[in-house]
Amino acid sequence: MDYQLIWVLLIAFAVFAYVTLDGFDLGIGILFPFEKKAENRGKMMNAIAPIWDGNETWLVLGGGGLYAAFPAAYSLLMTAFYVPVIIMLLALVFRGVAFEFRFKSRDHTAHWDFAFAAGSIIAAAMQGAMLGAFIEGIDVQNGHFVGGPLDWISPFSLFCATAVIVGYALLGAGWLIMKCDGPLQGRLRAIAKPAVIWMAANLGVVSLMTTYLNPAYGERWFSTPNIFILAPIPLITAGLLFWLWHAVKRREKTVFGITLSVFFLCYLGFGITLFPHIVPPIMGFREAASPDNSLSFMLVGAAILLPIILGYTAYAYYVFRGKIDDAGYH
Amino acid sequence: MLDPEILARVQFAFTMAFHIIFPSLTIGLASFLLVLEALWLRTGNDTYLSLYKFWTKIFALAFGMGVVSGIVMSYQFGTNWGPFAKLSGPIIGPLMAYEVLTAFFLEAGFLGVMLFGLNRVGPKLHITATGMVAVGTLFSAFWILSANSWMQTPAGYSIETGRLVVESWFDVVFNPSFPYRLVHMVLAAYLTTAFVVAGVGGWHLLRNRENAAARIMFSMAMWLITILAPLQILAGDMHGLNTLEQQPAKVAAMEGHFETSKGGTPLILFGWPDMKAGETRYAVEIPYLGSIILTHTLDGEIKGLNEFAPEDRPNATIVFWSFRIMVGLGVLMLLAGIGSLWARYRKTLFECRWLHRFAFIMGPSGFIAILAGWCTTEVGRQPWVIYGILRTADAGSPVSPVAIAGSTIAFFVAYAIVFGVGTAYILRAMRQDPRHAHIAAGEIYRADHAQIVDQLDSHKH
Repeated sequence: MDYQLIWVLLIAFAVFAYVTLDGFDLGIGILFPFEKKAENRGKMMNAIAPIWDGNETWLVLGGGGLYAAFPAAYSLLMTAFYVPVIIMLLALVFRGVAFEFRFKSRDHTAHWDFAFAAGSIIAAAMQGAMLGAFIEGIDVQNGHFVGGPLDWISPFSLFCATAVIVGYALLGAGWLIMKCDGPLQGRLRAIAKPAVIWMAANLGVVSLMTTYLNPAYGERWFSTPNIFILAPIPLITAGLLFWLWHAVKRREKTVFGITLSVFFLCYLGFGITLFPHIVPPIMGFREAASPDNSLSFMLVGAAILLPIILGYTAYAYYVFRGKIDDAGYH
Repeated sequence: MLDPEILARVQFAFTMAFHIIFPSLTIGLASFLLVLEALWLRTGNDTYLSLYKFWTKIFALAFGMGVVSGIVMSYQFGTNWGPFAKLSGPIIGPLMAYEVLTAFFLEAGFLGVMLFGLNRVGPKLHITATGMVAVGTLFSAFWILSANSWMQTPAGYSIETGRLVVESWFDVVFNPSFPYRLVHMVLAAYLTTAFVVAGVGGWHLLRNRENAAARIMFSMAMWLITILAPLQILAGDMHGLNTLEQQPAKVAAMEGHFETSKGGTPLILFGWPDMKAGETRYAVEIPYLGSIILTHTLDGEIKGLNEFAPEDRPNATIVFWSFRIMVGLGVLMLLAGIGSLWARYRKTLFECRWLHRFAFIMGPSGFIAILAGWCTTEVGRQPWVIYGILRTADAGSPVSPVAIAGSTIAFFVAYAIVFGVGTAYILRAMRQDPRHAHIAAGEIYRADHAQIVDQLDSHKH
């Protein structure tokens, strides 16, 4: 393994960590409109209040890592996705301060509930739309982005946006079913049930459309012997979704775990489709990479610090394990 | 009107100015909270716990706003400054990656335990969490100042086929202006916090001079100001000498000198640097003082701005005035420290109304000084984004001016709402009586403390 490959995998890891960890945070915001009681909303927020900050840090590592390790790709993608990135950041600003402000405001709780829900939904939608537009590819000539600021909007990217919203909502529901009890938990199960069907349909459509978008993507999956080697990925995913459908009704802890596994398999499939492109379909990760001495310098830090980070992050989760207590915020 | 370079710079300056306010406060507050918690555990005096809880609320608000505005900054490099990101990625990128790995995760990971975990982990692990957050803020300052300093005084690199390659990471991280900038900025953050704490303490003392919590915070903050204000002036002087060596055009702009005078350069106290005419109008000067301050001799020569090509000159009008605002506030800070020493000597620290009022008025002075100083150093390095390597004009993304104008307006509106409300909540938290801050959950913590005292006693026996 060379430095460039190691860094592709590390950034892929950071992005996956972000998607799943902040995914369930955002999912809780997406579920907010379904729960009207201010008291229960407070509980839902308390289920992530001590950990969301760490979860969101993976977004900075993913983006910062891309900037450091593959600056050519970072500069191209950020230019092409200018509008959705800015909208996502603004949404994350509102949603992020809502954690502090909701409990500080006496008369405006409802406003910050709205900011939290809208911020979460919009941020998730932008991430999904960027994913779709990323798969479709961006317009580049002579190393410069030559498309328009709204090129990222397409039927496929909008469909991906709804898929990500539903997926995050399911992650959030899984987390909350684990952390809550009583009537609130029952309501979350009721919301999660149709969401499983919806997510399954989304996954099927996105997967099939992706293989038609670009002949190379289809080739990757349907040529022999790939089709036999890769077949377990969709098959296991289908099995997991079936299990999830049953777990949602009666299990407490497995719902989150199964959803997480579905996310992992989708992410794996996504990686298999696009590898080795970092800006599909024109730029491979090797062309975009920083010089080796930049990559090796960072790798020393990552190799020492990432295990430590994972250690104390696990500790923080351990400290706040179990059902949410009503002791409340601060 | 819709010049994309100007628009992108306005957006960066605006989001940066908002962002820098919050870390300036949280760097200092995190250390202050650590000291308060240590004092509480040592003495068992619940007033320290009250102060800890009181300032934790303010810290959490400021930290939250710092985080969200910081995430915006990290992505703005790519959206508005693509060519800069592409060129600087191999050098600035790793420095920022180290900031994420050493600082952001540490702060975010332990913040939850610090804010919510006292009754879950017990006081010893809890003070460790507070300490980790405090250390994290300082690591963050280390790396971000290193990255910024490298852009001001690049070192340790070479250019191969149009891209930057590092020759020595040590020279990159510890570039020529880095130690000065780091010390100056960290001192500034501590001073800013000290004035915020002193201002709040002063306000509560004006209402009730017997308020024990207000007395403690006022006295602690005033000690810090007394020690740090003169140190900061010393550090600023050394930083200035370093800038004279590394970025002489910036110093010429700060001083308002257009012509090079052969020794005995005066210090221009006030005036109006006129970039078009190439002279400082209405100058009020003190003979020789310029040479004394900048070269520490009577006849040192200081290069004037006219020695530099017109396209390499920073805007002297802005830099001259922002520098004077910073220095003027520094002098007032020094006076506040001296005033408190005098009051202590006369044993009237808690009775001295004018001192409390002065501290209250000076409460936000650190933020203004930091913004003015930041403006001095950033406008002063123009027209370069990476000094001598990349001009700001060549660093912008090929994005439509409409997109940048639209996003800039969106940031104006969103920041005005979010940070306006956030500031209101912070001010409201500051108005609460600090003596009662721990009462909400106080019983649990008292039980904790009883436990520690027992443990300490059993160690002694």
